[in-house]
Amino acid sequence: MEMYAALQGIWWLLLGVLLIGLATMVGMDMGVGTILRYVGRNDAERRVALNIIGPHWDGNQVWFILGGGAVFAAFPLIYATAFSGFYVVMLLLLWSMILRPLGFEYRSKLPSTSWRNAWDWALFVSGLVPMVVFGAAFGNLFHGVPFHFSWNLTSTYTGSFLGLLNPFAILCGLLSAALSVYMGAVTVMNGATDAIYERARMLARIGAVLAIVLFAVGGFWVHGMDGYVRVAGPDAGVPQTPLQQHVALTSGAWLANFHTHPLLWAVPALGFAGMLLGLLAAGARRSHLAWWLGALAWVGVIGTAGAALFPFLLPSSSDPAQSLTVWNASSSQHTLLWMTGFAAVFVPLVLWYTSWAFYVMRGKVHAADVVADEHAY
Amino acid sequence: MHDLHVVDLSRLQFALTALYHYLFVPLTLGLSFLLAAMETVYVTTGKPIYKKIVQFWGKLFLINFALGVATGLTMEFEFGTNWSFYSSFVGDIFGAPLAIEGLMAFFMESTFVGLMAFGWDRLKPGQHLAVTYLVALGSNLSALWILIANSFMQAPGGAHFNPATMRMELTSLSDLIFSHDAQAKFVHTSIAGYVTAAVFVAGVSAWYLLKNRHTDLARRSFRMAVLFGALATVGVITLGDALGFVGAQAQPTKLAAMEGLWKTEPAPMPFNLVAFPSQQEQANHGAIQVPYVLSLLVTHSLTGSVPGVDQLEQQAATRIRDGIPAVTALQTLSAKPNDADALAQFDAHEKDLGYGFLLQRYAPDVATATDAQVAEAARDAIPQVAPVFWSFRVMVVLGLAMLAYFVLAVIYTMRNRVERKRWFLRLAVWMIPVPFLANEAGWLVAELGRQPWTVYGVLPTWMSASTHSVGYMVFSLVGFVTLYTVFIAVEMYLMVRTIRRGPDEGHGATSPDDSRQAALPAGYAEG
Repeated sequence: MEMYAALQGIWWLLLGVLLIGLATMVGMDMGVGTILRYVGRNDAERRVALNIIGPHWDGNQVWFILGGGAVFAAFPLIYATAFSGFYVVMLLLLWSMILRPLGFEYRSKLPSTSWRNAWDWALFVSGLVPMVVFGAAFGNLFHGVPFHFSWNLTSTYTGSFLGLLNPFAILCGLLSAALSVYMGAVTVMNGATDAIYERARMLARIGAVLAIVLFAVGGFWVHGMDGYVRVAGPDAGVPQTPLQQHVALTSGAWLANFHTHPLLWAVPALGFAGMLLGLLAAGARRSHLAWWLGALAWVGVIGTAGAALFPFLLPSSSDPAQSLTVWNASSSQHTLLWMTGFAAVFVPLVLWYTSWAFYVMRGKVHAADVVADEHAY
Repeated sequence: MHDLHVVDLSRLQFALTALYHYLFVPLTLGLSFLLAAMETVYVTTGKPIYKKIVQFWGKLFLINFALGVATGLTMEFEFGTNWSFYSSFVGDIFGAPLAIEGLMAFFMESTFVGLMAFGWDRLKPGQHLAVTYLVALGSNLSALWILIANSFMQAPGGAHFNPATMRMELTSLSDLIFSHDAQAKFVHTSIAGYVTAAVFVAGVSAWYLLKNRHTDLARRSFRMAVLFGALATVGVITLGDALGFVGAQAQPTKLAAMEGLWKTEPAPMPFNLVAFPSQQEQANHGAIQVPYVLSLLVTHSLTGSVPGVDQLEQQAATRIRDGIPAVTALQTLSAKPNDADALAQFDAHEKDLGYGFLLQRYAPDVATATDAQVAEAARDAIPQVAPVFWSFRVMVVLGLAMLAYFVLAVIYTMRNRVERKRWFLRLAVWMIPVPFLANEAGWLVAELGRQPWTVYGVLPTWMSASTHSVGYMVFSLVGFVTLYTVFIAVEMYLMVRTIRRGPDEGHGATSPDDSRQAALPAGYAEG
């Protein structure tokens, strides 16, 4: 069963890679949507901002779709339990997300000002709401989610919609939104000039400062929080259900992994380093460097959450023993093995042609070009 | 225990969102290939008119594509949000093709669609052509993986139930990928998309020819579309027959419903051309029959026979009784995973576990089920016949009508007579909705005919849904209907507007009351 445990560990890591990819790539487009009405003071300027991400938002969004697909395939119980438990939140996320493709594609198709304003607000909502939900979902993992299973693993969620909007979750949601604004702003800096560039630079710095403060506050908060500990149950790599383990709640337990393996402190340090250096780089007008530092910040932030929670994926607050972990929520060895093979071939391929697409479309976007180009948004 | 109202509302929501999504997908599948074909002509001949053709149809492609992507997001979420037991029960198998679809196909399609739209001035003609082909390849590969996933629901293979994890698990990826149902369905469905695009392009071109506008573009587009469409329609009909042949073996109850076959009869069996099936009386009213044809169609022979509803219901009752010990053994195993007696009992009855679940709807404690409850569950094993019967006939009739249309279109085009046949051009415009209706009817046949199962013979629909409240379901249904109604109105408006304005108009003008506009060179404003 060594092999199975190794595959489960690999997919836990790959899930992290996908979430970081999602946060970085979709997050920057959503950040542009959030700040669109501020960086662009008139229609031509807003179209510049939109066309900076115009050729890429569609491909970037696949990170989100792939994230969903990978959870479904690698951790089906998580997919089933979390998506149905967070029902109303998931619908808000979905309804705001489905406005995006239309916002990009339809916004500039009619010259009417009210039409364009309406789509600008749609892009604002579909930029801000999903990033807040994304962070808030992580926040709720730390508190645990009220769900339990019947004998045949039918999951039932017993919480309310408002219960998901607890203070810690809101803090995590704001952190996620702040990093997204930062990434959106440096992306606009990469492609814009003049006044748009300056406004984006201001927002990048505000986003970075907010993110640093929120990440630090979150760390202190988790320190005093009740964490989950797996006290008994089948070993890693043994096929099992979440009906066979014992879990205890202990104050400060979410930091246990950091105490056992002090090297892990490097992960949150990476997050802080990314944000701090990103703040300086954006100030120094090194926007490409600032973008990569933002990606590094996401590695640190999501990595910190993952390292704290491991091996838990979705703790249950109403029946902690039925919490979902890497060991009891993953797919079978056969499925994980095949998926690993596909990922090994296609992830590098995707990264290669994505880089090529960015290389082809590199350079600054100017208002006159956007207006003259009939393929522009 | 599931609230059956929630199950019904979940089904209604899934059907609405899937049928809606499926308005946009076939056009994407076909139009992407037509664009690639048109651009091939452009690159090989170098004639600028073909570049204009590609760019014009490309604009319509993107308007349609945006809604395909948006509504596709819903589909991916919906398995988890509304079909949570389904997702955990077969996620080990069903999730893999969805994830691979994202990784292998959707990434490619979406990354290159950006370059296709924005890369005209940045890429060499050959590079841009390659990008267009990759978009077409990506969208068709997407369809392949989605239909592989769907085929597991229609004809489950390559999987077994693992009592240690209480779910279905993959045993053979190749059985899943190379299932006959998946292959037959992929070619039938993707080629139906080619027909859809051909009818669309031919119809819009015919409208231009009627109005005597953009005639050069319209004439060339029309010619390419009808050739493409004629070949594709022949393909759809041939492969539809192949799919029927495969499906008959995998899903006898769907076949019985499609044919309105209540009683098992000796071969050669007659075909019900028209009939009004009554589920209550288990009989057809006003049937018009053609002798021999059913045996020929379904078994490709005159001696083949097909089981009717009466025989299928009896078989279901037998399997339901055999499923009872499977369910009770599983209940024991849930508490004591290593109980040897329960494991042996489960192994002996595993193949009928799904039928045991079917009974659980009527007898929550299956061990004490009465004969009446078994009979009720057995009757439940047959789908609603009338909607399947009629959807199938609508699909076939529309398919044949499109064949006749394309045969005529090819003849007239070859003789260069199309523009003189005004009635035919008008017909071509009126044909535009036909393939869309046929696609939807095909979806209804496939999915209504699969009931009462989400995974045929393995997992009943009633227990697949999430355990929500009716209030949540009403909330989400109202939300989707409202949003989607607005979306379709916007999309249709933009499509019609783009077609009316024709290929000479850029779409992205700056709004007229924009203060910055004065500073820009003249001629940018849209009229």
